[in-house]
Amino acid sequence: MAQSTAEQLSDHSHVGDGHGHDAGHGQYPFLAHHFDTPKHQFESGKLGIWIFLVTEVLFFGGLFCAYAIYRGLHPEIFVYAHYYLDTFWGAVNTGVLIVSSLTAAWAVRNAQLGEQKKLVTNIVVTIVLACCFLCVKYIEYSHKFHDNVLPGRHFNPTHEVWELESYKKAHGDHGAGHGEHAGAAAAEHASETASPAPTDTTSAPQPAQPGAQPAPAGATPSAGAAAEGGATAAKKAPPGALERPRHASVFFSIYFFMTGLHGVHVVAGIITWLWLLRRAMRGEFGPQHFGAIDYAALYWHLVDLIWIYLFPLLYLIH
Amino acid sequence: MADHDNSHAATSETSHAHGSHDGDHDGIAHVTPVRLLLGVWGALMVLTIITVAVTTVDFGPRVNLIVAMAIATVKAGLVVTYFMHLRWDRPFNTLVFLGSLLFVSLFISMTLFDKSEYEPDITEMSVQKGQ
Repeated sequence: MAQSTAEQLSDHSHVGDGHGHDAGHGQYPFLAHHFDTPKHQFESGKLGIWIFLVTEVLFFGGLFCAYAIYRGLHPEIFVYAHYYLDTFWGAVNTGVLIVSSLTAAWAVRNAQLGEQKKLVTNIVVTIVLACCFLCVKYIEYSHKFHDNVLPGRHFNPTHEVWELESYKKAHGDHGAGHGEHAGAAAAEHASETASPAPTDTTSAPQPAQPGAQPAPAGATPSAGAAAEGGATAAKKAPPGALERPRHASVFFSIYFFMTGLHGVHVVAGIITWLWLLRRAMRGEFGPQHFGAIDYAALYWHLVDLIWIYLFPLLYLIH
Repeated sequence: MADHDNSHAATSETSHAHGSHDGDHDGIAHVTPVRLLLGVWGALMVLTIITVAVTTVDFGPRVNLIVAMAIATVKAGLVVTYFMHLRWDRPFNTLVFLGSLLFVSLFISMTLFDKSEYEPDITEMSVQKGQ
């Protein structure tokens, strides 16, 4: 609903107690000269931040598109790879972000009501929670780096999937797959029986592999990346266990790119909140001037929003 | 100004804080009541627990994905409507935001239409390269 100028002026006369144009600016030192009223300034900024959020949605949209294509083509990769992610930490981080969204929304309310102390408290809590999120992310990332659960040709996991706790939990201790998940994956499976022969058409080797020794066991014949580390490639899958699908490392390219870009946004959010914390401590914000807090909170909610989708898409694959 | 007027459920609280203005038209924007904030937060936490719990139930991969996405969308709706106060915002901002979702869904669905077109070529190519 676009307001006409006349409406804004009449609104202005309310807010500015009937002062003229310039008197309004004298009353509100924060009011830029090209805005009529604080409300006018606020709503213009708000439209601006929404347009920025639109670009963010489109930005992440590209990654969600990549995700959709790969999951559509290779669901078995996602089933296989999600065992390498820890649902517990993912859920903890979801909770952390939701609480920080609450404190961000609360901070906007505090600014609107001129509650200076509460405003500072809520900003501090938001920053602390954002740091918690990054700490959890650090725990997850360092675990993956340690175990070589990395994208592309660096994917050379120390533990095969049937050795993972998450897998054992879902399938019983010996990883006796019942084929429920593995249905799609089964198509990619190479023969269980160890065959020293080079892989055939069902398990196409990857460009990264030329000259590498063929995996001695048929257990993980198709993971080209694994050929670099003969030790892991040699491990034999117990009967019925979920095998490593071809191109499994693509999942971790997607995982690291999506969570990494999201993490960068969290860092940007922390920087923004620190700047606003300084301004809030100076008492800059009040009922007529809380736009910056509102805009930062909107950005922060969007970061939360993206995580709300990333969590089930990456951690909760069935 | 209709959007401004229907936002005055909470203005009684607002006017306490800066009662120097006349009560009715003082707020620049709607102030979200604490109870509503906490309620939305509680709902988001409960939905998070549900979405984790529901993965232990096997509905088949497709239905599990749809359930997870449905829950995520409800959560996203709550965040956008209340935390991002689109409910009380100018409708034009909602339009702008929905526009982005429209274009992202167009982008993804159009791309998915022919996702299988090239897979045989890719498979063939990687077989040739490998052998």
